[in-house]
Amino acid sequence: MDITSESSARLLIDASYLLVAFLFIMGLKQMSSPVTAKRGILWAGAGMVIATVVSFAYPGMSNYVLILAAIGVGSAIAWVTGKRVAMTDMPQMIALYNGMGGGAAAAIGAVELFSGEVHDSVALTLAVVGSVIGCVSFSGSLIAFGKLQGLIKKSYRFSGQQFFNVLLVLGIAASGVMVAMGGASTAVTATLFGLALLLGLTMTLPIGGADMPVVISLYNALTGLAVAFEGFVLNNAAMIIAGTVVGSAGTLLTQLMAKAMNRSLGNVLFSGFGDSGGGSSSAEAVTGSMKAIEANDVGVMMAFAQKVIVVPGYGMAVAQAQHKVWELTQLLQDKGVTVKFAIHPVAGRMPGHMNVLLAEAGVPYDIIADIDEVNAEFETADVALIIGANDVVNPVARTDKSSPIYGMPILNADKARNVIVIKRGQGAGFSGIENALFYLDNTRMLYGDGQAAVAQLIHSVKALG
Amino acid sequence: MTGMLALYIFMLAAFTGYEVISRVPVILHTPLMSGSNFVHGIVLVGAMVALGHAQGPLELTIGFIGVVLGAGNAVGGYVVTERMLEMFKSSGQNKNKGAH
Repeated sequence: MDITSESSARLLIDASYLLVAFLFIMGLKQMSSPVTAKRGILWAGAGMVIATVVSFAYPGMSNYVLILAAIGVGSAIAWVTGKRVAMTDMPQMIALYNGMGGGAAAAIGAVELFSGEVHDSVALTLAVVGSVIGCVSFSGSLIAFGKLQGLIKKSYRFSGQQFFNVLLVLGIAASGVMVAMGGASTAVTATLFGLALLLGLTMTLPIGGADMPVVISLYNALTGLAVAFEGFVLNNAAMIIAGTVVGSAGTLLTQLMAKAMNRSLGNVLFSGFGDSGGGSSSAEAVTGSMKAIEANDVGVMMAFAQKVIVVPGYGMAVAQAQHKVWELTQLLQDKGVTVKFAIHPVAGRMPGHMNVLLAEAGVPYDIIADIDEVNAEFETADVALIIGANDVVNPVARTDKSSPIYGMPILNADKARNVIVIKRGQGAGFSGIENALFYLDNTRMLYGDGQAAVAQLIHSVKALG
Repeated sequence: MTGMLALYIFMLAAFTGYEVISRVPVILHTPLMSGSNFVHGIVLVGAMVALGHAQGPLELTIGFIGVVLGAGNAVGGYVVTERMLEMFKSSGQNKNKGAH
């Protein structure tokens, strides 16, 4: 390719990347409101297509057949898995795709470093840092996927684990400096990548399932950063901008999530609550007994109520009861009952996950309220229907300082005139903490499988005519 | 691109990302995380360039894996985000369709 056509190719690429950056940012902006969100992903998708097509015009490229084959393989796998995954399994799929992005960033770094063609010390340093972050995000995300998918059931911990991690970090730093100085042997470079991949494993394995959303969000931000750093190395503005935007947006999202769960990020990464939990038994013994109720009585109670607030939890989604709950809601609405859904930030497996599950069942988003909007309304509600939620309505979070969930914002379901809890049995929740709400005087337990119990409620409301 | 200019881009993009997300309602956290996950799928173009310039079996193998992973990130991220956002409807839209 001669100089003129090479510079015109560069101009085409740079101009297109400017448009791509604009489409990405506008796309993300639109995705932050439910009204325009659908359009947002289309804009961002258009940006991705433009970027991919234009990049074939990069000067001095070869291996086109390999590139096309690789795109074909990766796209086909992701397309099929993405279309098939159930909405309940969405968080782990996001983790998986995010891990792939981190792996791709690390692969770019590896090709550049192994080729020995990067000589500038800033570029070398950024290639190393981007590769390390990419590796950690790759192996860490795979572990997060495995945990949420139920492939990895235990949280592996061994004595001196923190010490081992510190050693790993030191090893990465040492080999990283050697590579960044330039002229390092292939063995040293390979060691760097091996240690970084190992760090992702040992960092993520001890973290419990309940904390995984925060971890996935963190790795999402890290992958963004890795992409930005490799973008510097390749002198690619689209990668720098998109990677950095995701890096900072992802960091903010991670903080919001950690805050909603009443956990600091350091706490999530370096301590062990969230898997076994509950070992620290509550100082205040819960007194009283759980009082059972029949579905027919609940049906009557709700049909003649003014306002019902439904508090759904992950248990509802596991029982696939959300469609039945929406059917019940429509029946009650026809009878003139005001029905609202109260969503705790960590309902489901990830903030906002419950909204997705309800949306799948057809529940319109404007009767779904988050914690700040709905908490004052419980006092005027006749019935709070708790289905599959547990810790997020546990009043000990307000009162018992010794409880692991003390200080976590909760939904004030206990303030409703009547509280109905649909629950399979008498066991404790995901965190293993006893729930004081179940023992209150205004609480009645409706035992049974979520879907079957709601079906009974529908039946009894219908029977009232 | 000079190093200093790249640093400016980095700073401005960081502010942009922060601003774009800062007022997002909780109901969109999961789709938005998924959407931002899709956006860093731009790593695909970097992987394409890396593979395009790769020489020798080691670089070619790593480059190939990089493009496969990058394409997976971009396509998978798009598909799941689009599926989630597809479902968000207001009461008005539901009634208009009248399906239920």
